[in-house]
Amino acid sequence: MAEPVLEILELRKTFGALKATDGVSLDLRPGEIHALIGPNGAGKSTLIHQISGSIRPDSGSVRFLGQDMAGLDMAARARLGLGRSFQISSLAQEFSALRNVMLAVQARQGSSFRFFRPVMDDPTLTEPAMAMLERVGLAGRAQMPAAELSHGERRQLEIAIALALGSKAFLFDEPMAGMGPEGSKSLTKFLDGLRLEAPILLVEHDMDAVFALADRISVLVYGRVIATGTVDEIRNDPEVRRAYLGEAA
Amino acid sequence: MTNASPTSRETIVNALLALLLLGLPLLAFAMGEPFYITLATRIAVLALAAVGLNIALGLGGLVSFGHAAFFGLGGYAAGILATHAFDGVPLFAGIPGTVSMPVIWLVTMVACGLVALPIGAISLRTAGVYFIMITLAFAQMIYYFAISWPAYGGEDGLSIYVRNEFPGVNTTQPLPFFLICYAVLMAALGLFWLLRGSRFGAALQAARQNATRLSAVGIAPFNIRLVAFIISAMVTGVAGALFADLNKFVSPSMMSWHMSGELIVLIILGGKGRLFGPVAGAMLYVLFEFALGGITERWQFFLGLILLGVVLFARGGLLGLLAGKARHG
Ligand SMILES: Nc1ncnc2c1ncn2[C@@H]1O[C@H](COP(=O)(O)OP(=O)(O)O)[C@@H](O)[C@H]1O
Ligand SMILES: [Mg+2]
Repeated sequence: MAEPVLEILELRKTFGALKATDGVSLDLRPGEIHALIGPNGAGKSTLIHQISGSIRPDSGSVRFLGQDMAGLDMAARARLGLGRSFQISSLAQEFSALRNVMLAVQARQGSSFRFFRPVMDDPTLTEPAMAMLERVGLAGRAQMPAAELSHGERRQLEIAIALALGSKAFLFDEPMAGMGPEGSKSLTKFLDGLRLEAPILLVEHDMDAVFALADRISVLVYGRVIATGTVDEIRNDPEVRRAYLGEAA
Repeated sequence: MTNASPTSRETIVNALLALLLLGLPLLAFAMGEPFYITLATRIAVLALAAVGLNIALGLGGLVSFGHAAFFGLGGYAAGILATHAFDGVPLFAGIPGTVSMPVIWLVTMVACGLVALPIGAISLRTAGVYFIMITLAFAQMIYYFAISWPAYGGEDGLSIYVRNEFPGVNTTQPLPFFLICYAVLMAALGLFWLLRGSRFGAALQAARQNATRLSAVGIAPFNIRLVAFIISAMVTGVAGALFADLNKFVSPSMMSWHMSGELIVLIILGGKGRLFGPVAGAMLYVLFEFALGGITERWQFFLGLILLGVVLFARGGLLGLLAGKARHG
């Protein structure tokens, strides 16, 4: 079996008395979509934050491409290839969709300490950024300020940004939320192809999408992984049915 | 596309403001009214100081309440170098003083950069109101240092007996000196414009809009902000040197928190983050001070009212009113 791209070991994080992450271990292998499901408040976003470096865990480790991430901040991890989207989309609101992606292209190219050349006249920035917008189907909204995009479009934009970074693993936190059924369907198709580019750790509530996409599923409840397995294994796991899927499955 | 896009309208407004600021002293010169040349010079120099602050505050969202320290540092650089040159006493280690403006500006920029580096590095660990308070605290420390240092006049300040020199220009005359200040202001506006459109500017503005987003693409906001803070301090410092030459006098009051507040007010009045915001703000401020200052001691009260109006009803400042909302490409 191939080396995992991302490896999380015994991660713990408490907020006061609350154990938001309670000894979580999981990994992400090349070419796969690993879905992370669980009820609201289970600690899914908190886990994503600890992987991407915006929250520091109390203990445990995150290894990415064989390297321990301890001591690296979010920017450093992003430079190594951890691309993420946010549950509550997080964009430069005044910038156009295009400029948001250009920022990622610029970051990928290296130094932002270039003081004179206008970015808008720099095809090495505008062209790749435009190409990424086209890939996620947002080219028509390129000039629109991020603040004026719909919820779904902002999610797409965050994905375009993660693509532009040339990410080696994607962390997507509920990318389908706020999208209509059409949007979810086309994003599902898109993510299906994207796993070949880089593996995806996918937090998602849309079970149709999860069952259609996931190579493996981990179920998080009260900060603990109660099961990890293939779609069929998770569907038929009695504990998962009781704790989470209920009668719906 | 509508035929009056806000961008092109802003360009026209900017050009008009630039011409107005140039035209006023030329007219005053023609009419033999040097006082108005001095008034225009005051506008240009304060605008320059605010252009500097606008890099940190307008582009980066860094509300520095301590930029008077850099303004004053520039002033003291001009005053101290001129005094040593005048007295023929070397500064230290045999280094002589100078009356050359370009050299003074260079020394000012180096000094401001060196002082801004630690101040920024510490202040930028905080954000919001803490950042405001820490920058204020640093500036007050420097202010009290200037007051308690008798070698250069202490509380009484330091006079510059003859205005410093610029190659090929008779700086003792009001109009040539204005033109120097105006040229430096235009150069600073050019710098601001370049920075804003550059990669650095993109990162800096993104840091203001959403620092988490900037981190998520792999750019550390701290480094970007620190460099912006330093550049910002250098520009404001040069304005301070010119201010000292304008008044032929420098005193600790240039470093007081009133001055820091005044620079922020200029930017808010004119429109923060806008290229010509500081110019519009300085015009409004100085004209207001001139028109009402003669009638009532309480002109600052009326300025306060205007400021309140701007903050409540015209967030974009004067530029916002004249040229519409700012757009980013
Ligand atoms: N910064 C924080 N401080 C305190 N509690 C938090 C913080 N962030 C999240 N929590 C709590 O941790 C738990 C897990 O939250 P979260 O990771 O957002 O869950 P999920 O994404 O699975 O819905 C929730 O009970 C939430 O209220
Ligand atoms: Mg969540």
